[in-house]
Amino acid sequence: MPVITPRKTLPNYDAIIVGSGAAGGMSAYVLTKAGLKVLMLEAGRNYDPIMETPMFQTNADAPLRGTATPDKHFGFFDATVNGGWTVPGEPYMVKREDKPGWHEASDWKATNTTQNFTWWRPRMLGGRTNHWGRISLRMGPYDFKPKSRDGLGLDWPFEYKDIEPWYDKTEALVGVFGSNEGLENTPDSSNGSLQPPPHPRAHEMLIRKHAKGLGIPVIPSHMAILTKPINNRAACFYATPCGRGCSIKANFQSTTVLLPPAVETGNLDIITDAMVREVTLDKSGKATGVLYMDKASGKEERATARVVVLCASGCESARIMLNSKSALFPNGLANGSGKVGRYLMDTVGSNLGGHIPALENCPPYNADGTSAMHVYTPWWLYQEQLAGKLDFARGYHIEIGGGRHMPEMGVSLPDSKAYGKKMKDDARRYYGASVGFSGRGEMIPNEDSYCELDPNKKDRWGIPVLRFYWKWSDHEKKQAVHMQKTFAAIIEAMGGKPGRVETDPEKAIMGGGTIIHEVGTTCMGADPKASVLNQWSQAWEVKNLFVTDGGPFASNADKNPTLTIMALAMRSCTWLADELRKGNI
Amino acid sequence: MNNEPFSLSRREALKRVISVSVALTAMELNAFAATPLRGIGTDPNLLKKEIPWPLILSDAEKRIVSALADVIIPADEHGPAASKVGVMEFIDEWVSAPYEAQEKDRAAIQKGLAWIEEESKKRFGKGFADAAAEQHTALLDDIVKTDTDAHKKGYDFFKLFRDRAAGGYYSTPEGWKAIGYVGNLPMAEFPAPPPEVLKHLGLA
Repeated sequence: MPVITPRKTLPNYDAIIVGSGAAGGMSAYVLTKAGLKVLMLEAGRNYDPIMETPMFQTNADAPLRGTATPDKHFGFFDATVNGGWTVPGEPYMVKREDKPGWHEASDWKATNTTQNFTWWRPRMLGGRTNHWGRISLRMGPYDFKPKSRDGLGLDWPFEYKDIEPWYDKTEALVGVFGSNEGLENTPDSSNGSLQPPPHPRAHEMLIRKHAKGLGIPVIPSHMAILTKPINNRAACFYATPCGRGCSIKANFQSTTVLLPPAVETGNLDIITDAMVREVTLDKSGKATGVLYMDKASGKEERATARVVVLCASGCESARIMLNSKSALFPNGLANGSGKVGRYLMDTVGSNLGGHIPALENCPPYNADGTSAMHVYTPWWLYQEQLAGKLDFARGYHIEIGGGRHMPEMGVSLPDSKAYGKKMKDDARRYYGASVGFSGRGEMIPNEDSYCELDPNKKDRWGIPVLRFYWKWSDHEKKQAVHMQKTFAAIIEAMGGKPGRVETDPEKAIMGGGTIIHEVGTTCMGADPKASVLNQWSQAWEVKNLFVTDGGPFASNADKNPTLTIMALAMRSCTWLADELRKGNI
Repeated sequence: MNNEPFSLSRREALKRVISVSVALTAMELNAFAATPLRGIGTDPNLLKKEIPWPLILSDAEKRIVSALADVIIPADEHGPAASKVGVMEFIDEWVSAPYEAQEKDRAAIQKGLAWIEEESKKRFGKGFADAAAEQHTALLDDIVKTDTDAHKKGYDFFKLFRDRAAGGYYSTPEGWKAIGYVGNLPMAEFPAPPPEVLKHLGLA
């Protein structure tokens, strides 16, 4: 992507956008299309998926066969640059189960971590959209009014019908495949919004058959992957994992889908390696722009604009606001409510795999598909929950895994004594004979899960860093146990043998942050005293400050947040452009 | 594959380039990473395989690795022997890597190689690489049998070496054929599984 240096910036922009991922990309797309002059600041390096994506490379083409290392936490080919669970020179502080006090986060594996929170950050143009899972589920009518429904958590300041048209537009622009099934709180899309889903793979068909017997629906997944070409983007050719990025632009990345048309308007300047420290204010308390560290020169720079839009990720945007202290805002910018950094949410996660004898010795066939799951299970127990039959609130969806993937270092060889011809026969027999289930469920915001500035620690650029507090409630822990039991039941129904089924609520749930769905840290609401933003992602206390990433979320339904982040950013920035035009901001 | 730029939009966009921002070099950033400079780094070129660390296995060790890998993964109707697809080179690359997990493997594998060499000399009067096929089999059978001295001393090494060799083997295109992976090919449509697969699973 063409980028500029700080010296070449305009004296004044209409908007500064901090971040270039799902939120930054969508905000830039909407604002530049509306004719506004925009400066985008990205903390990471410039990145071009067209030139840099390893398409068709085999694991033998990677060091250590592509294995995850302390340098590349999701494996060599993962489209994450200069980051992961740790970012060089940019620490964050956590508590650890095994020792008291605060510690710099250092674990590079999210499994078996003793950290109370783990935080995934890349440092690249497009952010996490380059490697993300592409799962694109709409939140439903219940999900925007959870407190009204069961008395827990927070309501959003609008209803599903208010965001529905923005979901339609986002899906059509991004390119999402899926189907309309008319299921409870699992919204259908308007005609023409979705692309046709790909056919299920064999193991997915087998799971569907046996789950159905248990009353568990298995329907086409919703993925931000093209099955038909649109907007000069090719359809998926069913090879090469999406996590590497996509040089043919078949899946959604901010860098291939949102930033190129924004740049094409002539209204977007991008500066990369620009780490924003704080939002600057005038005497009246209006935002004037930002101060940022130009990583290339090591100098602090200033950029000015009529509006500042933070899209740095839920926690990073909260960090910038908390670091923007002034006489007017001694507790951080627009933080009169004290809610900046609060209500940090992730997704409840619990996984279980199993061995399925019926899948042994399956005739070879190409099961690559889109690399993502082609089917999934939406939450299906709304009525049972309503009838008081479950011991937890809210629900989860099931992500279905397994099949005949491109082989990696882990080869399934259950007979640990086999070698020679026997071992080779075993490898063939057991290849593709495992399935895996990942539960991804709703976390209810609570008072004990939040981030704040560490009083001492600073990053490489001298900017105070975050420290994290985390606590799951019983709702989430019991939900994780329900996941384990459900997955075991499906595996057993298939005639298979589950792995270790964890029924201890403390152990069944994965660690905070590990699902990489950080939201809620600048929550929106109807009451300025109890929320940071109004329904347009506009700060209650600073009219020309907006946050359009995951921070505004008042709840975190089991539906993965990226699609909602984009629909919300589209809705908020369309309103913002309108208000600017009317002279209201 | 498709290395075409964005076509017109990109070319137009490029005209607007005033100057390209200088990114931090991987080395600069690595100064802050927990891993030493010899690692892959946090921003490697993903299109080019480079092993930045020196390889440490001796020629004698490599001969044992090669021979042992071929006993564990011999040629058969589905594919060639391990040494023919670079498994020996892979084991060297793996055990030489400057990461904690690989360093742990290095210690165990080098110790194991020395043990199996010694054991072969003791039993057959020659090093493992020079022993006959029946001798290899006799020794490995002894290792995987429980309650033998060879099992006590050699089984953990055998298991570790076997799993690493299998990972190295099946992640090659020849290994794909041997295990039954037939993907990584572009397709215009993603079809239903073939009839023989559906029949195998009782889904026909």
